[in-house]
Formats: sequence, C-alpha cells, structure tokens
Amino acid sequence: MVAQNIFFAIFAVIMVVGALRVVTSNNVVHAALWLVTVLAGAAGQYILLSAEFVAVTQVLVYIGAVMVLFLFGTMLTRARLGEETDLNNKTWILGIPVALLLFGTMSYALIDSFGDEKLPENAVVVSTQVISDQIFGPYLIPFWALSFVLLAATIGAIVLARKD
Amino acid sequence: MSVLLAVDMPYWLQTILRVLGGTVAVLLPAGTIVYVFLFKMMSFMQSRLGPMEAGPYGAFQLFAEVGKWLQKEDLYPDRADKFIFKIAPIVVLTSTFLLVAVVPFGPDAWFTNFEAGVFYALAVSSVSVLGILIAGWASANKYSLLGGLRAAGQLIAYELPMVLAVIGVVIQAGSMNFQEIVVAQNAGEIFGWNGIGNPYILTQMVGFIIFMIAVQAELTQTPFDMPIAESELVSGYMTEYSGFRFLMFFIGEFATAGVFSLIAAALFLGGWGIPFAWFGWDSMDSVDNWMNIVGPLIMFTKMMVLSGIIMWVRFSYPRFREDQLQKFAWKVLIPVSLLNIMATAILKVAF
Repeated sequence: MVAQNIFFAIFAVIMVVGALRVVTSNNVVHAALWLVTVLAGAAGQYILLSAEFVAVTQVLVYIGAVMVLFLFGTMLTRARLGEETDLNNKTWILGIPVALLLFGTMSYALIDSFGDEKLPENAVVVSTQVISDQIFGPYLIPFWALSFVLLAATIGAIVLARKD
Repeated sequence: MSVLLAVDMPYWLQTILRVLGGTVAVLLPAGTIVYVFLFKMMSFMQSRLGPMEAGPYGAFQLFAEVGKWLQKEDLYPDRADKFIFKIAPIVVLTSTFLLVAVVPFGPDAWFTNFEAGVFYALAVSSVSVLGILIAGWASANKYSLLGGLRAAGQLIAYELPMVLAVIGVVIQAGSMNFQEIVVAQNAGEIFGWNGIGNPYILTQMVGFIIFMIAVQAELTQTPFDMPIAESELVSGYMTEYSGFRFLMFFIGEFATAGVFSLIAAALFLGGWGIPFAWFGWDSMDSVDNWMNIVGPLIMFTKMMVLSGIIMWVRFSYPRFREDQLQKFAWKVLIPVSLLNIMATAILKVAF
C-alpha cells in the first residue's frame, strides 16, 4: 500500500498545481494543456484504485475527445500565441467562495458516506462485465436519461448550426 | 517471459525486459516498413531503383538518414511557443509507445495483459491528436495551424468508425482482452471444422475493411493526407520541424503504422497463434512454450502483410478532398459499422 500512497501524493501534487495553473496562466491554449494534465492525473488516480475501465474511459473521453475538441474550437476562433491580458474579468473574485462551497459540500458528502472506512489492501480489479451489468441493470433508467440529454444536445447543435 | 527463459526472474527484471521488448516492437517494424516499402516498393512502383549506395541494395540507407537528421540544427521559429513546440513530437511518439503495450506476441510474451486491452488501445491512440494539434499551433505558421486543424478534424471523424468496427470483434469474442481474443480465434471452429480455427476476418470482413480504412486515415497516409498535403500546406503541422524533432514525427508515423498493423493482426487474423487443433491444444494453458519464440515471428509476418497493404494503397491513390473525406467517414463508414454491430449482435444471440 506504500507505493500507492507515494504515487497518490505525486499525482495529487501534479493535479493541484495543474488546476491552479489552469486559472492563472495567461494563454488560452496553455490553460487547456494544464487542464489535460489535471485530467490525466485523475486517470492515474483511477488506476491506483484498480478501476482500469474508468481510467481508460477518462483518457478516451476527456483527453482524446473533449480536450481535443476544446483546443480545436479555440484554435479556430481566438488562440493567439504569447501572453494575453484580457483573459480575466472583474468578477473573478466571486469564484473563490463558490469553489470553497463546492469543496466543503464534497468533503462533507465523502466523510459522511465513508467515514474512516479504509480501502481493502489488495483491491480486486473491477472487470468490464461487472460495470456493464451494473449500467444495463440497476442503473438503466439514469443511463437512458443521460442518452436523452446527449441526444437533445446534438439536436440543439444541429438547429443552431443549420441556416436553412 | 519468465517461462520462456525457464528461470524465475524478479519483477524489476521482467519489467526492464518488457520495456526493452516494447521498444524493439516499436522501432523494428518502423525501420523495416521504411526500408522495404517506402524506399524499395515505392521505387519499384515508380520504375526506379531507390537507394543503392549505402550497403547492399541500400540496406543501410536508414542509418545514414538517421545520422543526417541527428546532425541537423534543432531550429524553431522566432515567434513559436518554444516549450509546446518542443514537447509536441514527444506526445505523438509517446502515444505510439503506449499503444504497443497491450499487443500480445505469444502465450507469455506480452508486455502487459490488460483486461480492457482493446479499449485501452483505442484510448491512447487518440492522444496523438493532441500532439499534432499543439504542434500546428505552436509553430506560429498559418500553414502549420491549418494542417493541425485538418488533422484534428480528420482524426476525430475516423476515430469513431475505428471504435465501432472493433466492437464487432469484441462481441464475437466476448472479451476486450487481446489474449482472449487471440485464443478465441485459434480455438474456434467453422461449423465444426477446426482446421484453420476461426479468424475473425472471415466473419468480420466488413469490420476489417472499415478498420483498415480508418487506420489509413488515422495515420494520415494518402489518400487521407489532407493534413500534410504538400502541394497546399508545404508539410502541414510538420512544416517548421527540423533535425531530431522531425525524425520523431517521422518515426511516429511509420511506427504507428506498424503497431496498428499488429493490432489488426491480433484482432482479425488470429494474432500470434496457429490453429490450436493442429497440435491438440484446447486452451491457453496447454499451448507449448515454443510459441513464445514462433509467436513474435508470426506476428511480424502478419504485420508486414498488413502494413504492405497500407503502403500499397498510399502509393496508388490520389488525395481525397476535405469535404469528400468528411462525408466518407460520417455518411458511409459510421452507418455501415453500426449495421455491422447490429448484425453481429443478432447472429451472436442466434447461434
């Protein structure tokens, strides 16, 4: 368990530094690349928790698709090289209480539901079949609901993009 | 691997051997593809001799080329984003090295026996898009940026048919683990006849064709070479790169061709195995140890055949236009692969 703890600490430091640089860097593309670091760190944390399917999904969806589309969109519109000065606006200070509130709520929820319960020493790797049995069994209705949300988003994008 | 050498190796030694094996499995196919296909087959198809001076029939030309690239100055444009410009080729090459990690070469000759191997391969192959995109942006050159944007649009579009084509194989094998897929093909039988196993190229012919087309596009090889179209964009996202960093892009391109051929061989052509019925094997455990030596050779042969097809198509066809390219992915490949998934699922349940 010691090796896992060391790697947890390394990933956690990388993620915290990356998250701070996302909001403080002076270039949109740099901020996006720091966000990639944070998301890759999250994938590493999932591996440490023996949740390999979730880790691979994290890489495929967030790094391979979302961040690529994000960078694609920024580069098509307004990604200048070098530092930019107008990336901040005056209300950035409001973000701090929101972040603290979110941190408090999530910490409370985690401590409330798990307490001082510990992870098993040698966690069993959750196989893909177990996950699919869960998704297409007890969680079928939420899965359908999510699919409808995505479908609605797709139709909305088509309606906005088509002129005729 | 420990069985192969008949000694019990400590974990760290196994790890070092696997990392070395992975490096060989990336660089050896890349070098072979460049020499055999890019230098010699292309020359033959264009009625010329190709490199002849360095070594017998120019066999050492590749070493000369690498020596030349290593000596060149590592230039970067004045207005470029230097750090990102420098790491971009490393991102592309890293994705290739990560990709080979799940390809099995024999019953014990694997680098990592990942449960969700197929899914992992598709995920890490999509990371290279990120490297190409930031290479184009950081070059401070409008041709590079256009090349990077074209590459991103193309790779996203062809990622989907690739994932969907593989799902047919996953349904038929009932597993996402490469080893189990290979075993399922070699232990399988066609209507009770087990003479050649059941390579999925027979049942998943549609999936195989879609997969190879998508690989061609993912590698940005002609006819899908809009991102580096040399008559329009100089050399696309690679325009500003020189010396060692260009070499990294170059190795990345051909090494990825080799690794994708290895993956296609494992998914559709039976991988490292020979039909198990020939030697009376019935499962993974009864496979003889000598397969750890023969397996890599079989994989290498299949890799050469498949990358030969990729290069053959590359040298034969003219380039697609951007709109044709996108239409082909979204209006032909994706619907066909969805139909393939439906048909496979229905037949899987029926039999």
